[in-house]
Amino acid sequence: MNNLEYIKERFNQLPVVNEQNGLGVIRQKAFDALNKMGIPTTRHEEWKYTRIGSFFNKEYKYHTAGAFSAADLAPLRLPAYEQANELFYINGHFSPELSVIRSKGLTVQSLQEASKNEYKDIVSKHLGHSSNYLKDGINALSTAFVQDGVFVHIKKGQIIEHPIYIYNITDARQANVLAQPRTLVYVGENAQVKFVETFNTLGTQESFTNRVIEIVVEKDAITEYYKLQTDASHASQVATTHIQQIGKCVTHTVTVSLNEGLVRNNLNIVLDEEYCEAHLYGIYLQQGQSHIDNHTVVDHAKPHCESNELYKGMLDDQSTGVFNGKIFVRQDAQKTNAYQSNKNVLLSENASVNTKPQLEIFADDVKCSHGCTIGRLDEESLFYLRSRGISEATAKSLLLHGFAVDILEQIKLAPIREYVDKLISERLEFDLA
Amino acid sequence: MNNELSAIEKTVLSDYKYGFVTEIEADEAPPGLNEDTIRFISAKKNEPEWMLEWRLKAYNHWLKMQEPNWANIKYDPINYQSIKYYSAPKQKKKVNSLDEIDPELRKTFEKLGISLDEQKRLSGVAIDAVIDSVSIGTTFKEQLAELDIIFCSISEAIQEHPELVKKYIGSVVPITDNFFSALNAAVFSDGSFCYIPKGVRCPMELSTYFRINAEGTGQFERTLLIADEGSYVSYLEGCTAPIRDENQLHAAVVELIAHENAEIKYSTVQNWYPGDKDGKGGIYNFVTKRGICQGAHSKISWTQVETGSSITWKYPSVILKGDYSVGEFYSVAVTNNHQQADTGTKMMHLGKHTRSRIVSKGISAGVSQNSYRGLVHVGKNAANARNFSQCDSLLLGDKCGAHTFPYIEVKNNSAVVEHEATTSKIGEDQIFYCNQRGIDTETAVALIINGFAKEVMNQLPMEFAVEAQKLLAISLEGSVG
Repeated sequence: MNNLEYIKERFNQLPVVNEQNGLGVIRQKAFDALNKMGIPTTRHEEWKYTRIGSFFNKEYKYHTAGAFSAADLAPLRLPAYEQANELFYINGHFSPELSVIRSKGLTVQSLQEASKNEYKDIVSKHLGHSSNYLKDGINALSTAFVQDGVFVHIKKGQIIEHPIYIYNITDARQANVLAQPRTLVYVGENAQVKFVETFNTLGTQESFTNRVIEIVVEKDAITEYYKLQTDASHASQVATTHIQQIGKCVTHTVTVSLNEGLVRNNLNIVLDEEYCEAHLYGIYLQQGQSHIDNHTVVDHAKPHCESNELYKGMLDDQSTGVFNGKIFVRQDAQKTNAYQSNKNVLLSENASVNTKPQLEIFADDVKCSHGCTIGRLDEESLFYLRSRGISEATAKSLLLHGFAVDILEQIKLAPIREYVDKLISERLEFDLA
Repeated sequence: MNNELSAIEKTVLSDYKYGFVTEIEADEAPPGLNEDTIRFISAKKNEPEWMLEWRLKAYNHWLKMQEPNWANIKYDPINYQSIKYYSAPKQKKKVNSLDEIDPELRKTFEKLGISLDEQKRLSGVAIDAVIDSVSIGTTFKEQLAELDIIFCSISEAIQEHPELVKKYIGSVVPITDNFFSALNAAVFSDGSFCYIPKGVRCPMELSTYFRINAEGTGQFERTLLIADEGSYVSYLEGCTAPIRDENQLHAAVVELIAHENAEIKYSTVQNWYPGDKDGKGGIYNFVTKRGICQGAHSKISWTQVETGSSITWKYPSVILKGDYSVGEFYSVAVTNNHQQADTGTKMMHLGKHTRSRIVSKGISAGVSQNSYRGLVHVGKNAANARNFSQCDSLLLGDKCGAHTFPYIEVKNNSAVVEHEATTSKIGEDQIFYCNQRGIDTETAVALIINGFAKEVMNQLPMEFAVEAQKLLAISLEGSVG
């Protein structure tokens, strides 16, 4: 039985959902959309350069997570975890036992629960908003199984000192695993919060993660979000981050992709109120057969907003990189400033990159620009270093590290920045000392 | 600011001055498309059997194809059975000299400012005039023949130079290429043909003037231009159509072939009727243009000034096959009122050390939508390929849109590809600067737009540059401050 049929059958086996809790309606709608649209192929414009169809011809299991010992988790933990809130998702299911909540004003509960209690208005209003921007079966697939999801609430005026670490762990020790972690985050007025998210696969079987996080940011709030992708070559993922800025607020996201398998990132930012500000940064360093696809959408729906986007990539061996950045400026969104830039370095003869920086502008009093470059390391800079007695390998890694620093500097959490710097330096065989 | 807006509205209303209709008796095929229509066209043209077969093959392929819908344009479905696929100004016999052309017809061209006689002899431009898809006369034939340059209508070329036509037609844009090019291959009624032999530098600008006249027709012309080793040619095309309430379809195909060391410069000033200010009528301009740099060190340069048509769907492309070949694309696309343009280019880098340069300037006013859609592809073997693209958009008014869809695919690490784009409006400080120096707002805006488009205008041959600048001024008159 192929995976898609298995998924559909499993959906039908789930208990008939109560129509009144709101989730049932959203789920059924998404399931119908999945049936209608199917899994996107390369004929779908947004999936032109990324093939995921083959993942659905395999057999996967949902519930195969074995027991975890502290020793299993230890190597996965991020630095300074002792001072962080930690949320664990095992094979897409939230694990309250492993998770640690340290901060006041931070509420974490299941979406099922949240859709019935005092948060039910927030849930019914914002859950599944990403489907307005992602017209494909893969997003619908996540929403169809949303009842396993998590609701994170940050109380009005609360400054969450401890960062929230989100661990997505797929336990592929016994069988191929399909994981669908789903999260809805609500950042209340005047609150401040920082997220760090990582992905890890245990074992040697294949895993496919279809993860969606929707973040709603209220007036005067500040949200930072860091995504670290370091998963192995037998692990693939489609990761959607959908941010709605519904009051004048600031968001700051950095996506670090050091994956060895296939990764597709959807990052959507909707600037839905005047004077919003959004910063999007990304770095990808690809080797072997890996594939990275960054799709970003910045939707300027209201006037006086500003967005700033910079993605940088280094592609080695047979790796492929895709960048598709869209900026929409709606008719009302006068006085918009929107900048976008994508820079790529090709390090081998067999690496390739497809990039499409796209602008769609319906308002006239705006300043928008985008640019992209593709090239290899500058011969003159290399020569400069070589002529000063630096070996070719060191010279190259020195230049590449310099190329990456722009993005590294955007990671404001010091322990995480140092950790990422170390990972990148290791990959570049660059000796920090 | 308010003044600016009202001035915008005022100038948007500026008239299309080529909208007259000429009363010429036309020889037409009944509306509708089937194999008989194609046989009818082919028989009318007295074509050889291989040409008819080629057309039928294209038609049968077209039947299986679907109309593309990916472009950023909107229009009501076209009924392909209500179009007349053949319309020719009725002429008793083949003309030998231009003096024998129907006086009505000559008047048309004089109104358009294209005199087919002496005047132009002074300016030294050889013209092939095509009305409702049939070529009615070509000037300067003899002088060109002395240099062994062939410049004639494509129907004539099919009769007289079948070996050349057979070899090259469909070699750059195959009949299976896309929906509109397949349709064109099936029903094209005329067009221009040009062959520049080895080592010849064409001494004058070659030019084709296209005019749609008859009602209910579609225009399907096909241009084939071959520059043999070491030759050079500069080619111009211009187009106009009468004002009608209906939408007329124009689906042309242009194929360029540049052999080793050859250079082709192809310039277009497109001024089809754009429809009235409510978006009624106008030409659907669905054109496939493609050139191939077949040999090493060859060069193809496209320059276009797009001001007309209610919808433009056009991507002049260059296949850079020969090593060290060069492709260029310079474009100014102006949309006003309800016009829609989805235009750009494709640069396919296949050979080593190939270079391409794209400069696209979009100006949108009224409630129009203007899109740049382009592809830069660097193949695996295209070592040291170099591309630079620049797409700038200028928005005049707050109801229009400017969009950019650049696709960049690079499969070779020695390639250097750059793309940059900006979107802005005319700065108030710029206007203020001009006002301060005694230049009124309207002139200031014209000045700024001219400066904005200059990089492209400079690429046009002189004869056209003047016309193009005037055109730019007319299409945007008043729509800017």
